[in-house]
Amino acid sequence: MGRAFLLVVRRELRLALRRKGDALNVLVFFVVVASLFPFGVGPEPNQLRAMAAGVVWIAALLAAVLSLPRLFAADHADGTLEQMLVAPHPLVEVVLAKTAAHWLLTGLPLTLVSPVIALQYGVPADAQLVLLASLLVGTPVLSLVGAAGAALTLGVRGGGALLALLVLPLFVPVLIFGAGAVGASLIGIKPDAYLSLLGAFLAVSSLVGPWAACAALRVALD
Amino acid sequence: MSSELFRLASPQAFFPVAGKVIPWFGALAAALAAAGLYVGFVVAPTDATQGEAYRIIFLHVPAAWMSMFLYCVMAGWAGVGLALNTRLSGMMASAIAPTGAMFTFVALWSGALWGRPTWGAYWVWDARLTSELVLLFLYLGFIALKEAIPDPVRADRAGAILALVGVVNVPIIYFSVQWWNTLHQGASVSLTRAPSMARAMLAGMLLMALAAWMYSIATALARVRRIILERERDAEWVRLTKEGVGAAA
Repeated sequence: MGRAFLLVVRRELRLALRRKGDALNVLVFFVVVASLFPFGVGPEPNQLRAMAAGVVWIAALLAAVLSLPRLFAADHADGTLEQMLVAPHPLVEVVLAKTAAHWLLTGLPLTLVSPVIALQYGVPADAQLVLLASLLVGTPVLSLVGAAGAALTLGVRGGGALLALLVLPLFVPVLIFGAGAVGASLIGIKPDAYLSLLGAFLAVSSLVGPWAACAALRVALD
Repeated sequence: MSSELFRLASPQAFFPVAGKVIPWFGALAAALAAAGLYVGFVVAPTDATQGEAYRIIFLHVPAAWMSMFLYCVMAGWAGVGLALNTRLSGMMASAIAPTGAMFTFVALWSGALWGRPTWGAYWVWDARLTSELVLLFLYLGFIALKEAIPDPVRADRAGAILALVGVVNVPIIYFSVQWWNTLHQGASVSLTRAPSMARAMLAGMLLMALAAWMYSIATALARVRRIILERERDAEWVRLTKEGVGAAA
């Protein structure tokens, strides 16, 4: 882990800065989806408070799935990815860097915005903090597992819908404990256990995700 | 013995052997299913609390067992294919997936039909039902990914990676869903608290489970033969087999 990691992260961020729309669209999508639910279920405050965490988390999952196809697509299209594959530093480093950049551009912004949405749903301040913490620990898992899905569906027809079908079921544990942390703090239970489990998922997925993504990239570019 | 096994790793050698054993496994499946259904519907007593409705157990439980077991078998073949680069392993994984998805669906469907008289609803967000549903999604994802990639070698490898990631996730999903369920729903009707089973019920269930095993083996082998023919349709030996005539044409 070293120079190549930082170089790739910096490159990804610079590319994103040159085209701010891509990352911003995902964030706006997240806010729009989260704001649609009250129109569907009605403005009853207690009900909205109870479902706030689930709504925010599901919107975060959808936003991740929406942004993931682009993770490797542009580099695949112009041949950069093949160069990264034959470059002397390990592919895992590149994949981890791209995953980290993906999180910085999608997961982190929507985590920072989430308290505003929680406010709209009437979530009290301490539960808002729990939501923020759960997203902070949980959204990197989405990027890590999602990177494997993005690599598997690279260049496959109908890739976007297929990617959603592949990774959304794998996100179920993160959704359960992410939303569960907020639900627990709403009824006065300490959310530590939930956050610890999210941390455990982060540890496991940072082992499995990049490995699977590297293997899948090698298969895709064989 | 081991050299014989390795010889069978070649599709060409495996094809006729599979063809020979399929009728045996099929006949065993039919015989065991007949015995299991007889025990289940005639010998086994009526359940004290659930009445006759419980008899769906003889279909439901073996299907649920097979659905989870077949995913592990599929991931096992996928892993072998990835590690040893054997062509047949990927084909086996592809052949098992539809049977596994079918059993998952049967488990869900029969669970819904069982739930109506006992729980009063076709669907409850019970931990087992829910994790079975996620398992069905995993099967569908595996099948969809393989379908979407035209190159069979790439499809096998990509499917193998997905199956391995999935098999790591299956226990995590199972326990997450259990935790989620116990916290959100309180004590729902639990199957584990049911009074211990009469011996005839257990016998019927085990017979049906064995029948499901034999059925799975027979269908997987039949399907893998089709896949072999399709992939090797340009090979000389396929043209020389009776079944290969249609495929090669």
